Amino acid sequence: MAKTLEQEKLTVNENQSDILLEVNGLKKFFPVKAGILQRTVGHVKAVDDVSFYVKKGETFGLVGESGCGKSTTGRTIIRLYEPTDGKVLFEGKDISNLNEKQLKPYRRDIQMVFQDPYSSLNPRKTVGTILEEPYRVHKLYSKAERKERVEHLLEKVGLNPDLRNRYPHEFSGGQRQRIGIARALTLNPKLIIGDEPVSALDVSIQSQVLNIMDDLQKDFGLTYLFIAHDLGVVKHISDRIGVMYLGKMMEIAPKRRLYSNPFHPYTQALLSAVPKSHPSEVKKERIILKGDVPSPSNPPKGCVFHTRCPKVMDHCKQEIPALKELEPGHFVACHLYE
Amino acid sequence: MAKPEINLPNDINAQTLGKRRSLLSIIVAKFFQNKLAVIALVVLSIIITSAILAPLITPHDPNLQNLRHRLEPPGPEFWLGTDHLGRDLFSRLLYGGRVSLTVGFVAMIGAVSIGTTIGAIAGFFGGKVDAFLMRLVDVIISFPNIFLLITLVAVLEPSMEILILVFALLSWTGTSRLVRGEFLTLKNREFVLAARTIGMSNTRIIFGQILPSAMGPVIVAATLAVGNFILAESTLSFLGLGIQPPRASWGNMLTYSQSVTIFRNAVWYPTFPGLAILITVLCFNFIGDGLRDALDPRIVEK
Repeated sequence: MAKTLEQEKLTVNENQSDILLEVNGLKKFFPVKAGILQRTVGHVKAVDDVSFYVKKGETFGLVGESGCGKSTTGRTIIRLYEPTDGKVLFEGKDISNLNEKQLKPYRRDIQMVFQDPYSSLNPRKTVGTILEEPYRVHKLYSKAERKERVEHLLEKVGLNPDLRNRYPHEFSGGQRQRIGIARALTLNPKLIIGDEPVSALDVSIQSQVLNIMDDLQKDFGLTYLFIAHDLGVVKHISDRIGVMYLGKMMEIAPKRRLYSNPFHPYTQALLSAVPKSHPSEVKKERIILKGDVPSPSNPPKGCVFHTRCPKVMDHCKQEIPALKELEPGHFVACHLYE
Repeated sequence: MAKPEINLPNDINAQTLGKRRSLLSIIVAKFFQNKLAVIALVVLSIIITSAILAPLITPHDPNLQNLRHRLEPPGPEFWLGTDHLGRDLFSRLLYGGRVSLTVGFVAMIGAVSIGTTIGAIAGFFGGKVDAFLMRLVDVIISFPNIFLLITLVAVLEPSMEILILVFALLSWTGTSRLVRGEFLTLKNREFVLAARTIGMSNTRIIFGQILPSAMGPVIVAATLAVGNFILAESTLSFLGLGIQPPRASWGNMLTYSQSVTIFRNAVWYPTFPGLAILITVLCFNFIGDGLRDALDPRIVEK
């Protein structure tokens, strides 16, 4: 018997302390405005009814092609965008409808690492000032302690603490990204949302940054929500992976299960596109999807994937499949497995 | 790391001081690479200093009429000649410079403060606030400037204070559009998003994060605006609506060049105030150019 996510939650509730972040039916629609009066003529459904949870200390990878809403999901969780609907439970408390003042204590617990290291650091401020800013906003520590902490953090991300008086433009992309990670760490967060933190970096630097993130996770007991489009990167860093398509969660599974035995036709197609990393690897059959991703302002009825699905059935075009647990910890939203 | 404990900050100034000094040194170095701007800065400093020190430098009372020496050409007694009432032109030029420069600077400070605040609010908050403020700007801009100035100054009593007030209240629109544009591009930069994820307040984001990056074009525009205000003051004074005689300003010194006799027989009389305006406004423009290059963060990065 397949359990729905609701039921799974009940079983999870027994050891509630394990779950750090729970996203429940999250929706984020951006209004589309047109005409002289800027009337709302429709919505871009960037995130449409997405649910998942992240356990303490794990890395949850969120993958999908560009425009599938994974970054929007991350930004809505951290409340850079106001959610249209749904709940974001952090340590069991709903933070999706708190105002900025009520949210402030949670700002310390959830931090973000951004994609573009060239625009994520204020060009007018020194690295030291950038890293001390969070302390100033939250009125923490004395001047000397702040300096000490900043130097400690710089050391932690593999940078010379003496560089604190330098400006961001004096650093390379990889170094800047490490400064971005250090900034995310300043307030001792519990959860760090990585919004494609390595996509803008060279491959050699990617692994360096990923390893630093890995080490920091152990040192600080961090939980990561890792957003990426690179399946190799996600495979390297994640414990569990969620696959998104057109604003919907398609499949959630532990890393090994997802890579060895993907259920959803979309995940199967996505994984078949990963280039083999070693010549001796058996080349899987490439599943090539036809057509383009439909517009999120006018998503297909029923299962959003039915327009491109190789195994499409009639009722896929009518009914939206629910995310169900087929095996322990392996959720799929597909009519094939009903 | 240990659990954070709360301590009140008392080091904000000390921290920012250290940072600004070094950024400033980069900007100063860049500015000094521009020869024209440096020359303009030197010339302008001389003009400003001599205007400030006018009472010490000038050989005559600027308002003392000496009808025996009407329209005397430049010579050892009257360095730049005299006007049609026998007043020493050099003295009047320096005292007039005080008035013109004061009007220019004070009006600039007023216009830039209003423009920056309104532009920052419009650009940062967007939506209805933005629409309302920008329509306000459109309304103000759609009045023909010089006629509005003439009308306002004519209705109110012409004086230096009124001139400054009218200039400031009518000229902030350009700055506000500029600042709004900068804010629109900067507010979605990831460093601003990062500031929001930290929990920084809007005020702090606007003034501490975005504004320093948006200040470059504003400073340039402000420098150029001083030149424009000096020109506008001269225009109104030339038309008799600005600074009232006997008080000297560069503009009202030019008024009498309307007379053909003076224009043909006493060329020095309109020439020197005219040159003073030309050189001062040119200097402001060159400095503005130099600052534009020096303050551009992309140039700093090179």
